[in-house]
Amino acid sequence: MAAKLILSMDGAVIKEYPLNKERMTIGRKPHNDIAIDNLAVSGEHAAIVTILHDSFLEDLDSTNGLEVNGVPTKKHFLQNNDLIEIGKYKLKYINDQISQTDAADFEKTMVMRAPVKQVAPSAGKPAETGALSQTQASTNKPAQAETVESTGRFDAQRPAAAPAAQPVKPAAAAPQADATQRLAVVQILTGPNAGKELDLVKNLTTLGKPGFQVAVLTRRPQGFFITHVEGDHFPLVNGETLTNQAHQLNDHDVIELAGVKMEFYYKK
Amino acid sequence: MKITEALEIFSQTHPGMVRSHNEDSVECDSAYGLVVLADGMGGYNAGEVASGIAVSVVATEITQSLQNASPADRDEESGEELGVLLLRDNIRKANASIYFAAQSQPQYAGMGTTIVAGLFYDNRMVAGHVGDSRLYRLRGEVLETITRDHSLLQEQIDGGMISVADARLSKNKNLVTRAVGIDPDVEPEIHVHDVLVGDVYLLCSDGLNDMVEDEDIQATLYALQRNLPLAAGQLIQMANDNGGRDNISVILVKVNGTFAEPRGWLAKLFDLFQK
Repeated sequence: MAAKLILSMDGAVIKEYPLNKERMTIGRKPHNDIAIDNLAVSGEHAAIVTILHDSFLEDLDSTNGLEVNGVPTKKHFLQNNDLIEIGKYKLKYINDQISQTDAADFEKTMVMRAPVKQVAPSAGKPAETGALSQTQASTNKPAQAETVESTGRFDAQRPAAAPAAQPVKPAAAAPQADATQRLAVVQILTGPNAGKELDLVKNLTTLGKPGFQVAVLTRRPQGFFITHVEGDHFPLVNGETLTNQAHQLNDHDVIELAGVKMEFYYKK
Repeated sequence: MKITEALEIFSQTHPGMVRSHNEDSVECDSAYGLVVLADGMGGYNAGEVASGIAVSVVATEITQSLQNASPADRDEESGEELGVLLLRDNIRKANASIYFAAQSQPQYAGMGTTIVAGLFYDNRMVAGHVGDSRLYRLRGEVLETITRDHSLLQEQIDGGMISVADARLSKNKNLVTRAVGIDPDVEPEIHVHDVLVGDVYLLCSDGLNDMVEDEDIQATLYALQRNLPLAAGQLIQMANDNGGRDNISVILVKVNGTFAEPRGWLAKLFDLFQK
């Protein structure tokens, strides 16, 4: 099913428009695909270009401009639930087709054989071309576009603005268990660095001396694991020598590596 | 140093967490410094067939041709190096094989595959690719993608239509604009790269780079480059921990020494006796 725009004013829905053409225009004049007969709207106000499952909004040098999610915008890569405002009119962008996709079909790599224009007449009829498929399982949250000035690109997020509010993870990173959210620490117990703490903030932390003995601590959804990387001696956990396999760490486990003891624990 | 001593090669492939079968194929030949990875597509088991044909045609044809020749030799007609020529010609040959198999067998209709291959010789690497399987290089601490995907998304990025950061939000992932076996002929993209001692090369299917951020790939290769099996296992595990929605294949090549071709007739003669 195609993505669509829902036109409303003062909370009352006026009409729904499926985005079933490669390019659709919004404007006051009647020839527009989405015609809004209001003097605040320019003759040709904006256009939406749809390429397969992605839609891009562009202001056509309108007199009064437009806003997306409250931010004046020239060009924008539309995300599900984005709210476009033109004067008093609101257009909500809905692209929730992913949830309705046949699970067996998603994420398959497909080939586009013809030039884009011929292959992609509409996002609404992927079945007709035979060369298209649904992609990506997760529903991306609408990214916030907080900055304004226009560039040549259709930005869904600005590097400077977005991370604090909604760090954009790769789509797949969503199913993460609690373990990864908890901050873990390795505290050195013996040797000249005794007492020092190392926060395990990365997915991968190496311990030891390269060329002598190295182990790696990996952060996974089910918790932290230690694995031997190099060296003749294997690290000890609670006095037991590790094998070649990864070993899951429990709270307050004591690791011994290159003659140094350290304790692994979760911060409360 | 001989190429078998200069290069350390390790490969691993995994079906992932969602797919029931693995449509990726990998092949490595350390004697010839050749690595090939393909990610097949097509219904039923056609994807496996396509990637299997691609990998075996490229690997066997190239190693056959190099039994009595050096990849650094110049082809008399074109003046091109044999290594470059062989990689290009044999990817095209694989294309023809898959295309005709698909034409003649209805159950294979429409099958195709991506391919990425590297041939190491004379302190260089010829890299060839078609589609969205990638070749990365870790040099020092810096990870770079040295192939450019043949995909709609990459074209949109190149056209300035969409930023690299936004590309993650696109719903048009996995649309390749070039593939092996779909049309009667294909133009592989071929580049020659200088190789330095200490470099680590990663060939992978999109099951890795769609699931794992480049940042995490870099951290893994950098931290675990002394233990390639562990690095490969870690990359696959990260992809699976993040959902593992596609087959995941990786080939790692670590450069431990130089592997210059012997120059001059005396060096060649000397080399001949060493074999």
